[in-house]
Amino acid sequence: MNRYPLWKYILIGGALLVGLVYTIPNFFGEVPAVQVSPVRATLKVDDALRARVQEILQSNKIVSTGLYSDQTGIKVRFEDTETQLRAKDALQAALGEDYVVALNLLSDNPDWLAAIGARPMYLGLDLRGGVHFLLQVDMRAALTKKIEAHTNEIRSSLREKRIQHSGVARSGQTITVRFRDTAMRDKALAQLRDQLPDLALTTQDDAGEFRLVGTIKPEALTATQKAAIDQNITTLRNRVNELGVAEPIIQQQGSDRVVVQLPGVQDTAKAKEILGRTATLEFRMVEAHASDPSGQNYDPAKVQAAINGAPPFGTELMYDRSSERSEALVLSKQVIITGDRLTNAAPSVDQQNNRPIVSITLDNQGARIMRDLTGQSIGRRMAVLLIEKGKAEILTAPVIQGHFGGQFQISGRFTSGEATDLALLLRAGALAAPMEIIEERTVGPSLGADNIARGFRSMWYGFATIAVFMVVYYRLFGMISVIALGSNLLLLIALLSMMQATLTLPGIAAIALTLGMAIDANVLINERVREELRNGNSPQASITTGYERAWNTILDSNITTLIAGLALFFFGSGPIRGFAVVHCLGIMTSMFSAVMVSRGMVNLVYGSRRRLEKVSIGQVWKPAVQAK
Amino acid sequence: MEFFRIKRDIPFMRFALIFNVISLVTFAIAVGALTVRGLHLGVDFTGGTVMELKYPQAANLGQVRDAVSKLGFTDAAVQNFGTASDVLVRLPVKQGITSAQLSETVMAELKKADPKVQLQRVEFVGPQVGRELLENGALALLFVSIGIVLYLWMRFEWKFGVSAIIANLHDVVIILGCFALFQWEFSLPVLAAVLAVLGYSVNESVVVFDRVREVFRNRRYRSMTVPQVLDHAITATMSRTIITHGSTQAMVLMMMIFGGEALFFFSVALTIGICFGIYSSVLVACPLVMWLGVSSKDLEQPEKKARPEAVV
Repeated sequence: MNRYPLWKYILIGGALLVGLVYTIPNFFGEVPAVQVSPVRATLKVDDALRARVQEILQSNKIVSTGLYSDQTGIKVRFEDTETQLRAKDALQAALGEDYVVALNLLSDNPDWLAAIGARPMYLGLDLRGGVHFLLQVDMRAALTKKIEAHTNEIRSSLREKRIQHSGVARSGQTITVRFRDTAMRDKALAQLRDQLPDLALTTQDDAGEFRLVGTIKPEALTATQKAAIDQNITTLRNRVNELGVAEPIIQQQGSDRVVVQLPGVQDTAKAKEILGRTATLEFRMVEAHASDPSGQNYDPAKVQAAINGAPPFGTELMYDRSSERSEALVLSKQVIITGDRLTNAAPSVDQQNNRPIVSITLDNQGARIMRDLTGQSIGRRMAVLLIEKGKAEILTAPVIQGHFGGQFQISGRFTSGEATDLALLLRAGALAAPMEIIEERTVGPSLGADNIARGFRSMWYGFATIAVFMVVYYRLFGMISVIALGSNLLLLIALLSMMQATLTLPGIAAIALTLGMAIDANVLINERVREELRNGNSPQASITTGYERAWNTILDSNITTLIAGLALFFFGSGPIRGFAVVHCLGIMTSMFSAVMVSRGMVNLVYGSRRRLEKVSIGQVWKPAVQAK
Repeated sequence: MEFFRIKRDIPFMRFALIFNVISLVTFAIAVGALTVRGLHLGVDFTGGTVMELKYPQAANLGQVRDAVSKLGFTDAAVQNFGTASDVLVRLPVKQGITSAQLSETVMAELKKADPKVQLQRVEFVGPQVGRELLENGALALLFVSIGIVLYLWMRFEWKFGVSAIIANLHDVVIILGCFALFQWEFSLPVLAAVLAVLGYSVNESVVVFDRVREVFRNRRYRSMTVPQVLDHAITATMSRTIITHGSTQAMVLMMMIFGGEALFFFSVALTIGICFGIYSSVLVACPLVMWLGVSSKDLEQPEKKARPEAVV
């Protein structure tokens, strides 16, 4: 009667084994490592980079204990911190400024475990130390910028088409254009409707004045907001890269917020400065180049002079590293326009030859400058520079093919992937909208280590207290309960590791609390079994009915706890959410372990005995016996 | 070993009125404390900055206070935290100064006085974020309450749902009352603890109610009156109640002793919740059920024919 079919034992055994395998990685500790990741989005993490890293290490006779690559970069493990530091210096020197070489800690998890996805839990900032920022994107500013750009476009478009109006004005989020007669207004409406699909245009007549009122369409509004936050995230990612942080987290939260987490960063002042800095774009003319004899300004002598340290007055030497080989160019120091004038950059395809291009949109003022300049400079080369960290880098230096204004294309020898990256870089040069830090949490590394120690110490002491009491009070059944509780802990940690959840201090507290509460199910069962024995039932029958009756109660009481956990999850934020996740998972694993695992063990011990006289569940006091 | 050797059911329900008077009095004190003193909301909810500093020697609080007030923070709180060398500085939200600069300016000023000071932790929460956290907390409380009432209604009967939630909200109010009375800091982890308590102590009511239902349905106990049934259910589950809560409390106590400052008030809230949880779910919820007029008819097993499976 108290026997489980074989499949149930196999299920329990299997679950515990899987639990054990996925829990193990958490005990391997961490070893020093170095992480190599590219600074620019145009550089890919591929096998070539992997081979290069390997080669650099070999040539410097540095022994690594493992080399891994993922999307973010290449990670190399070392025996000790001394080798780690040597490797960092060697790699940084050999790879140059295109790559960030950051010190990191990696789990000493064996490869076969990592291969089946068994990895340790990720430690939260409160446990490993680091900085957490919550940034709020000023969407109003992004929209104002957008509407300002549209206002300028309307002005220039009406001028171009010679449509007379008596004023274009922006107030808040609406643009009003005034006309003297309806004919002109209708002409303008037809023109603008095609040119600016993002605007909803309506007509208004008032006391002999004819108006055209434009507002941004709702779908364009959402698109603008999304583009703004995407661009800000890209910019932040670029900036964080140069901090050399091993595993930064940059994520959108809600519709207008960005979370930035930088584990291990101590210098918050520097982090804030870098996050808040603006990078800019510059368009400058090429005064001399030495690559194409048929091109204008072909002047190897000038280039050579510049390389020798004597660039002509008003120019400077720069290298274009955007193509395979780096090209020396003499650039004018005069800036034609800056990135402030850029309103959009998008990858696209040239319709004539199907080659990837990047289309650029400038605002009104930028367009005018560009029109004036290109009119007189067809055939010359113009360089696009990204200024960051006080250093300028040539993104591309194409030949001006024709007379253009606010919208033009940059074509070059790039693939469609590179065109996408370039567009991103051009957009990412600056923030789409200003951001403000609305939440900051910094935890020092020693405090983090203390938090781990305290969290686990209290958990183990609590577990031990409960275990001792259960064994003394319920004997063998208590022992089984403790094993069930242990397997609950095992399964919970395994689940968290499988999900790659982030363990925080509230998370550890939730594990401890869940253990304290999970014992309830076993107490319920044991008390029920005792009660059945007290009522004079046979041991085997008592076990069966005890478990059966307790099950209903366990289910009800756990579901109410689960409701509380779920509400915490949906309304909580940050650390509270971590608490809720652990709490909810723990309730579910406890139902399995308290009922299935403990029953399985009871069945193994007692189930096969035909004539069971006594079970070891501690003393069962019977009032009837004493009454006699 | 067996702790509880109870021969007859203890007549809890005879004293129901007394328990409810005790509850009302504690409840009134808690509400009074909440209205008069109010909760000492932490930086998570009010917005502001908290800085944890570490000095190699015992910290000179006066010196820290001087440095902070020199920067124009007149209502900053400076206090020891854990040990004599740890200092906690709380700064209110100040208009015009961006959050980003605040902690740096303070640190620069403190370093002038003592260059060996170390910044252990900074928490800055904008006023808007704080308000949201508070609103979300209140919403969570509301939804937990509704969810629990609905579940108990479905599983038992509305009288049980209502009594359980009244009993347990009474626990929540008492926890909040204690925090208001002693002016302990009410932070995010404490809120998590309060919500966990709500789920946990309903758990307790469920176990007793489960027993009540079982006794009502059992033919052997047909002759019992409602108070007798309740007494029997409470007595029968008492041993489990004490042992379970003892175990949970053991865990919480370890967190309180060894968990450090970060977990201290979290475990204090849990401790109050556990103690009052036992009391309220047994001695408040059960009398309430009784007065709401529960009877065995409310819990009759549904007729087999009525089951939808029969139709299919």
